[in-house]
Amino acid sequence: MDRAATAERIAALIAPFNKKGVAITDASTFSGDLEFDSLTVMDFVAAIEDEFDIIISMNQQAEIETWGQLVDAVVKLQG
Amino acid sequence: MTDLFDKFQPIIDMRAALLASGVEDPFSLVMERVLSPTVAVCNGRETILLGTYNYMGMTFDPDVIAAGKQALDDFGAGTTGSRVLNGTYAGHRAVEQALCDFYAMDHAMVFSTGYQANLGIISTIAGKGDYIVLDIDSHASIWDGCKMGDAEVVPFKHNDIEAMEKRLKRIPEGAGKLVVLEGVYSMLGDIAPLKEMIAVAKANGAMVLVDEAHSMGFIGPNGRGVAEDQGVLDDVDFVIGTFSKSVGTVGGFCVSNHPKFEIMRLVCRPYVFTASLPPSVVATAATSIRKLMDGADKRAHLWENSRTLHRGLKERGFQLGTETPQSAIIAVIMPDLERGAAMWEALLKEGLYVNLARPPATPANMTLLRCSLCAEHSAEQVQTIIGMFERAGKAVGII
Repeated sequence: MDRAATAERIAALIAPFNKKGVAITDASTFSGDLEFDSLTVMDFVAAIEDEFDIIISMNQQAEIETWGQLVDAVVKLQG
Repeated sequence: MTDLFDKFQPIIDMRAALLASGVEDPFSLVMERVLSPTVAVCNGRETILLGTYNYMGMTFDPDVIAAGKQALDDFGAGTTGSRVLNGTYAGHRAVEQALCDFYAMDHAMVFSTGYQANLGIISTIAGKGDYIVLDIDSHASIWDGCKMGDAEVVPFKHNDIEAMEKRLKRIPEGAGKLVVLEGVYSMLGDIAPLKEMIAVAKANGAMVLVDEAHSMGFIGPNGRGVAEDQGVLDDVDFVIGTFSKSVGTVGGFCVSNHPKFEIMRLVCRPYVFTASLPPSVVATAATSIRKLMDGADKRAHLWENSRTLHRGLKERGFQLGTETPQSAIIAVIMPDLERGAAMWEALLKEGLYVNLARPPATPANMTLLRCSLCAEHSAEQVQTIIGMFERAGKAVGII
């Protein structure tokens, strides 16, 4: 799946977690711009894992700070 | 110069705001005298202890104390050495034998604390390229063990069998897998569906580690924990436990039937690079563990206490962490940290000590008053405790 299609599918998943309706760009950060706490991160990651049938380990999550990095990681994890 | 302490400012501010409200500091209480497993003197006032994890009340058992005194006389105050150098005394071997007998397992390895047992075993057995699949509500020592090792760490939603199974099935073929579970989760006092979860773990080729810190001594027909109670102890590869709860002293351990388990003594850094437990501590632990094997009457009384307190608090309108009593921990859910701290202080003034648990240690950012019962709490004490909760709850406006 190409990057745009992957980004679109993740965008559909983030809606329920983006309570303030923050406009998302590749540079948007989860902890800063989106104000995700650890519980929100867990639920959001689980939703992505189930959608794409992948694992995003805690080790990999530690490297992901922005929306762009997340999309790149999911593209890569799909192989 | 950047002050390295700037990162702690949010918690410094939160604490200052709490204390500014005039409430007594819930995190610096001093036990001035300890009269029994269930009563201490705090701020000059006799206080019932309901937050000590001293489930079986072994801290003042006469045989346990006598064994400790004898070991102090015979072996001195400390070993001043690692278990693999000069720190293994006859007592250390004896307590490991007591654990093998208690669990009916082949191997037991004693650490200086329960924290180090999880830290050491988890970080050592799961290495680079392996996967650790663990419950999101796991204890800090489990998380720190994951962080210290090189394995890929994959959490799943608390007690969610399907979420665990999905993650196990996504792990690349050929990778080593360790599933980490707890028998009793200490924040809410709920138990895990170990029978189902361990079956799923085994079907997916994972080894299983279960932390039974909060169940040893009173859950299961022989007090071996939740896995024994659910009939699946034989399928557990590693049981982690502690001496600082039912056993009544300090220390941690891992028991296992793995044929190569003894190599852990040479490769597990939190075991090798620390001084061993003092002779008095291992002597008290060994005596206590052997007495816990015959604790059926005490176990029955502890369960009675747990059921009575759960029912009493529920009837009075408190919101509890579990619908039914599942362990010796009853968690009372507070609306927020301010009222939780006010309730904690009101209970202390009534003469009752409970644990105040707050985020981030708690699931879902809850503030909890955590009560842990003891087999030595009398039926009268439990009724007194319920009365104290009722008065304090009304005074603070929680019920």
